[in-house]
Amino acid sequence: MNQEISLVVNGTSHTVRVGDHWTLLDLLHDALDLKGTKDGCGEGVCGACTVLVNGRAVRACLTLAAYVQGAEVVTIEGLARDDELDPVQRTFLELGAVQCGYCTPGMIMMSKALLDENPNPTRDEVREALAGNLCRCSGYTKIIDAVMAVRGAD
Amino acid sequence: MPPSQEFRIIGRSWPRHDAREKVLGRPIYASDFTMPGMLHGRALRSLYPSARILSIDTSEAEKLPGVVCVLTHKDVPKNEMEMALPGRMAEATAGAQMATQPILADGRVRFLGEAIALVAAESPEAAAQALDLIRVEYEELPGVYDSLEAMKQGAPKVHESGNILQRWHVRKGDVGSGFEEADVILERTYHVQLLDHAYMETEGGVAWVDPDGTLVMKVGTQVVEHYTDVTEALQIPRNKIRLIAAPMGGGFGGREDVTVEILVGLLAWHTRRPVRLVYSRDESILAHGKRNAYVLRYKMGAKRSGEITALEAEVVSDSGAYAALTPWILYYTTATATGPYRIPDVLVDASAVYTNNTFASAFRGFGSVQACFAYEGHMDAMAGELGMSPREFRERNYLKKGDTISSGWALESEPMLDELTSRAWEALGPPPKREPGKKIGRGMAATMVPYGRMAWTHDSSTAWVGMEADGTAMVRCAAPDPGGGQGSSLVAIAAEVLGLPMSRVSIGPADSHMAPRAGTTTATRQLFMSGNAVLKAAREVRESLVAQAAQMLGAREADIELVEGDALTPDGRRLGLAQVVREAIASGRPVESLAKYDAPVADTIDPDTGQGKPFNDFTFGVQVAEVEVDEETGQVRVRRFVTAFDVGKAINPSAVEGQLQGGVGMGLGDALMEEVVIDEGFTRNPHLMDYKLPTTLDTPDIETIVLESGQGLGPFGAKGIGEPALIPTRATIVNAVSDAIGVQLREAPLTPERVYRAMRSGTD
Repeated sequence: MNQEISLVVNGTSHTVRVGDHWTLLDLLHDALDLKGTKDGCGEGVCGACTVLVNGRAVRACLTLAAYVQGAEVVTIEGLARDDELDPVQRTFLELGAVQCGYCTPGMIMMSKALLDENPNPTRDEVREALAGNLCRCSGYTKIIDAVMAVRGAD
Repeated sequence: MPPSQEFRIIGRSWPRHDAREKVLGRPIYASDFTMPGMLHGRALRSLYPSARILSIDTSEAEKLPGVVCVLTHKDVPKNEMEMALPGRMAEATAGAQMATQPILADGRVRFLGEAIALVAAESPEAAAQALDLIRVEYEELPGVYDSLEAMKQGAPKVHESGNILQRWHVRKGDVGSGFEEADVILERTYHVQLLDHAYMETEGGVAWVDPDGTLVMKVGTQVVEHYTDVTEALQIPRNKIRLIAAPMGGGFGGREDVTVEILVGLLAWHTRRPVRLVYSRDESILAHGKRNAYVLRYKMGAKRSGEITALEAEVVSDSGAYAALTPWILYYTTATATGPYRIPDVLVDASAVYTNNTFASAFRGFGSVQACFAYEGHMDAMAGELGMSPREFRERNYLKKGDTISSGWALESEPMLDELTSRAWEALGPPPKREPGKKIGRGMAATMVPYGRMAWTHDSSTAWVGMEADGTAMVRCAAPDPGGGQGSSLVAIAAEVLGLPMSRVSIGPADSHMAPRAGTTTATRQLFMSGNAVLKAAREVRESLVAQAAQMLGAREADIELVEGDALTPDGRRLGLAQVVREAIASGRPVESLAKYDAPVADTIDPDTGQGKPFNDFTFGVQVAEVEVDEETGQVRVRRFVTAFDVGKAINPSAVEGQLQGGVGMGLGDALMEEVVIDEGFTRNPHLMDYKLPTTLDTPDIETIVLESGQGLGPFGAKGIGEPALIPTRATIVNAVSDAIGVQLREAPLTPERVYRAMRSGTD
């Protein structure tokens, strides 16, 4: 524990002590007890650890904690307001896009990043945006349906 | 059921009961779970696929600060896991023959990545460093890495007992005369590669010892009953352990075998502190059971009219270094080797063989994918020889109700294959136009997959359903939910019967101390078995509530309906169920019930001929696909995919579609890109970087067709769909690519290189 990092996570400022080799994923799990961001492969392939850093989707398992000094981070825990689900969470829930739930936080954060940048994506654009997030349960169809439905809902 | 016979919940699409928590990122999976003072466990794994261990020196590791204990085979009270081999069926139940697998290697390693020692340390870093400090002296031994080589005289022996693990046979009619009647006889060999489950969450668990001396563990497992394996290893009484199945990031059969349970249990028992052990991704690929690689030689005879007369199949399964569930997987392959076709004369000889590859075991489909790839490849090849279309040839031979399958048993339900076939092809529509630079093809596959365990196993499930005095209800049933929605289906069934909204029914965890035994979440059995147990328990509770309400409302019991939490009379009077429950309790009427469902039981099959009743029922499905192949590169793209199944009754249609689509997604990886590459015992791709999984860009939108014949043995006529959804996909895609390039492909994955070479050679 030899470095101090200040950052904003889900709207709250934190200053935490981290080890040199800690990743953002370690910081979220071990320093802030935020377990919603998942660890699937530890090498940036599966996308289960996707979070937003200063509005951009990043892989928390490949991002060193030192890199997020002063950054604004949003995780799956930061999307819902009080009891109100974010539109992406709502369509994932309503359209059956959730099975085991392990890829879900990363999928939702990646979808969020896409929709923030491009509120009216085509189906192909959704496919392209989610290509780095693996799901082993769903065959992706309902996940893509859910992201498309957000567009329709707004 | 409700007198109106109209379902309020069953058959309608609703969000699963746990989906809200999942989109909020709230469920705590085993790999996320922490305890105060928790240690971090790691396993040291073998660096050689076949070697003698001359010595293990743990002294340096033990001295490292932060290391709490280092364990080897000497620290395991009973170091041999035992698997009863089927053998002669009568002997199987007596457990006459045993295959064993050491928990920690003792003097010998038989595959790369076999566990040798365990470490528990205060930090993950200390645990990792400690592994580096354990000195293991190996003497390499010759190994055998190919199942056909392993069967030869003089092959290196993986086990002292020899390399043949298991054989199964089918003898139906007389294939000799069947081939004599045939106008065309065709023989070909099909290969199926080793596959990884690649669930998004690797294997993991946390264990600790409670103040009362009970060993408690939260593990991602499909089988709560694994606690018995832990108590065997530790030699403690079976009632001194409590196993809770944590939420899981996928299962697919990979958590049907024991994964971390014994390892993490040993560390917690030894240190008396909480310990977490989670496999890294490479450890997961190296060290847990894979899907068996197979070689299947098929010889079929048919008349010019298209009628199949005989089938002979020789099947060899690579078990890898240990038995695990391979003998039973091989049985499923043997029993389904003829597919959904009427074949009078059948001979199947199947063998499972030890090699020094990673051990193989359960994988969604349990031997059915391998069989389906061979019979569906062969149906296409035979259709070609006969000058018929693949569809027409299949339609001539599809099983109908009352036809005998290869075990001589007459089918008790209607397979609906004609309807499934026409609906699937209709959905695909007219053939597309030619496109320059691309070869376009279409293919199909049909299948027949059992749901529920073998009919002679006396399978059962128990469930408890009870009302609370506030009008909510609780389901207790130790059925793990790896993500397929098993828990939600049980909630829905209870809510339907009790006339409650789903939000007023909860299900507790699959906990060996707190929930009645439901059996394994395997063999596509939970909806069938535990669904029926919950249905039975809920109906008993309902009966009691209705009697109480009738008395309170001065109505006949037959007139009472339970709707949205109220008891209703036909003339519109109503009582809240909370009030009914309180009155029932006050007057001594039961408001809870523990019910057991027993699957129908048949005699064991004849082990020499495979004749008898193998399974209680089957799920049938048909898939069709359209693919394009890049003529320059051999790259395959799946353009369209339609999957059609008779599910009996869709408890939650949206969830059924999810299962159907997920099965196709997984089968697409099997067909096009996935393979655990083991080169002379060394795994070359133990990472998701090079073990390629399908992404959104590889997977088309998957179209689903759901038939509901109501013929299933599950609640409300449901069949099982979890495993069947996957089975035909590999064959469908490979058949479609073969159609596109005009050369039959008989192995996969269809990497661009493999397809390109086949296109170039122009021969099969």
